Amino acid sequence: MARAVKTQRKALNTAIAWGVGLLIFFPILWTILTSFKTEAEAIADPPVWFNFHWTLENYVTVQERSNYFRHFWNSVVISVGSTLIGLIIAVPAAWAMAFVPGKRTKDVLMWMLSTKMLPPVGVLVPLYLIFRNLGLLDTRTGLVFVLTMINLPIIIWMLYTYFREIPSEILEAARMDGASLKEEVIHVLMPMAVPGMASTVLLNIILAWNEAFWTLNLTAAKAAPLTAFIASYSSPEGLFYAKLSAASTMAIAPILIMGWFSQKQLVRGLTFGAVK
Amino acid sequence: MTASIRTLLGATALCATGLAAAAETTLTIATVNNGDMIRMQGLTEDFTAKHPDIKLDWVTLEENVLRQRVTQDIATKGGQFDVMTIGTYEVPIWAKQGWLEPLTGLSDDYDAGDILPAIAGGLSMDGTLYAAPFYGESSMVMYRKDLMEKAGMEMPEAPTWDDIAKAAEAMTDKDAEIYGICLRGKAGWGENMAFLTAASNSFGARWFDMDWKPQFDTEAWKTTLTTYLDLMNKYGPPGASSNGFNENLALFQSGKCGMWIDATVAASFVTNPNDSSVADKVGFALAPDAGLGKRGNWLWAWTLGIPAGTDAPEAAKTFIEWATSKDYLALVASKEGWANVPPGTRTSLYENPEYLEAAPFAEMTLKSMEAADPTQPTVDPVPYTGVQFVAIPEFQGIGTAVGQQFSAALAGQITADQALQNAQALTEREMKRGGYIK
Repeated sequence: MARAVKTQRKALNTAIAWGVGLLIFFPILWTILTSFKTEAEAIADPPVWFNFHWTLENYVTVQERSNYFRHFWNSVVISVGSTLIGLIIAVPAAWAMAFVPGKRTKDVLMWMLSTKMLPPVGVLVPLYLIFRNLGLLDTRTGLVFVLTMINLPIIIWMLYTYFREIPSEILEAARMDGASLKEEVIHVLMPMAVPGMASTVLLNIILAWNEAFWTLNLTAAKAAPLTAFIASYSSPEGLFYAKLSAASTMAIAPILIMGWFSQKQLVRGLTFGAVK
Repeated sequence: MTASIRTLLGATALCATGLAAAAETTLTIATVNNGDMIRMQGLTEDFTAKHPDIKLDWVTLEENVLRQRVTQDIATKGGQFDVMTIGTYEVPIWAKQGWLEPLTGLSDDYDAGDILPAIAGGLSMDGTLYAAPFYGESSMVMYRKDLMEKAGMEMPEAPTWDDIAKAAEAMTDKDAEIYGICLRGKAGWGENMAFLTAASNSFGARWFDMDWKPQFDTEAWKTTLTTYLDLMNKYGPPGASSNGFNENLALFQSGKCGMWIDATVAASFVTNPNDSSVADKVGFALAPDAGLGKRGNWLWAWTLGIPAGTDAPEAAKTFIEWATSKDYLALVASKEGWANVPPGTRTSLYENPEYLEAAPFAEMTLKSMEAADPTQPTVDPVPYTGVQFVAIPEFQGIGTAVGQQFSAALAGQITADQALQNAQALTEREMKRGGYIK
């Protein structure tokens, strides 16, 4: 009897999980389906689900009109570059805050987080002028710099949370054995925090990949990533939903595939320390 | 000796390559995502074949993003773009600020005198052209001929607002999801306010009197708004307060609108059998009037301008001459047919029998454009230029705020009187802030 109730509950939980999962995935599924429709089918009312004339025409049009690979490569350089530089700065910062906290550590952490509360448009003009004077407009270097700064508070906060879960005695033991600070961080701390670091890296790559405000405002033709690629297919005067969907599918496909293959690490990292 | 000669030749070749690379100019062109502009990108090879020393880099953006990007760049002298696609709203403001290179010294072949006078007037300051029109549009009535016939009615070529109301009533069949009229309701200076400002001209309303005092407390504005709300509440589709161009286009193409008053560019979409289920049933008429001598249609053009301070003004001018020339129209016609050439810029296009035959909406487009006068948009004199906008920098903010009030009235959240009072108060406040009135 008890087993039957348990099985029923498990089935219910599974059904709810699938329901929620599908609900979250639905917009992406709809975008992918629309990308294979004609423009007329894309706006059909009632909407057509699977029974339509499947076509690759939108993908061909998008490929003919835009240089996808240039945008893709810019996205890769910007997201990976900003995450790696962010990590180089954040690991020592998070180590110091987690293992050698000062009186004001909490305040500093809150202050860093508070910078995320400022609407980006508030600093757009000053930053644009600085970039113009430094010749950084429409350069990948400029975007890597900006995205590093934007995501740094999140990287530091995440690493700080993971590092705090590591007993400081282990680091002390390493020190007693004669490890230098550098060795302590690289050979003892970092290997122990791998799941946390992996999820930090993945999350930041995703955030940088999807960042659309700065990447649209600070680029023109040379450094524009996939966010600008998608923006070029949006139009308030003309129904180009199928082409827009094809461009969106091409833009999100790499990050979707990466997320799919790394979901284990991502979930493990995000729940690291959540259950004691 | 041989080695020396080889070295010398090598160095010469290197220098020559270097010089060739240095001689090549790259133009970065910011443009908007619409059919005509995309077609131009596809024809880039024709330009680069004629001008191998000029390379083109395209930045295509959605209209609102493009506007924000290019304004930011030109105001801060960012220098990101060599050619900018801008509208008739920006050109007079930017020209006055000295942000645009004047388009002087255009070649005789270009024939600047052929540009439609209504468009050229809105792009010139003191007789000098500051941007060249790439494509122009007005607004007109698009209606379902079959539904009109079924109702036993005929649409006049130049209808009044009363004709529109009667036709809307006759065509409405809400049980069959057919709505007599579809109009813009989404808030925004380029959305519902483009339609309502143009419509208000036909009722004799104006945004400001000659002393820049807002005029929303006048009878003319009240008539404009109540006519619009009556039409939409009785015969419009549900949820119209969030409908913009695309939403109404989708409704019309799927056969749910009896009439739609909007941009002339929509004519090519609704008559395209690949996209529209009513392609062969669409008729066109001029935007309505109220017998006061002005019609409720707007005038808009996407133009190409050169930001002051660009590194390559001559190359930019060469490109603009190519993109807005008669030859370009002929090039598009040869590749994709006359129906696909960018409309609304040149008088000669409307004298071309091939074009008139291929584009059934051409005559109506020209008449609509000729009916709009950006320098005298409404019945009484005004201190500004612009038919469906006021060409002052503050207008984007004010127009959108007023549009939100009118959209709220359409959604039934406030009354027409409240919307007008709020519009008057907020416009007065902003005009005082801007130093136009005390």
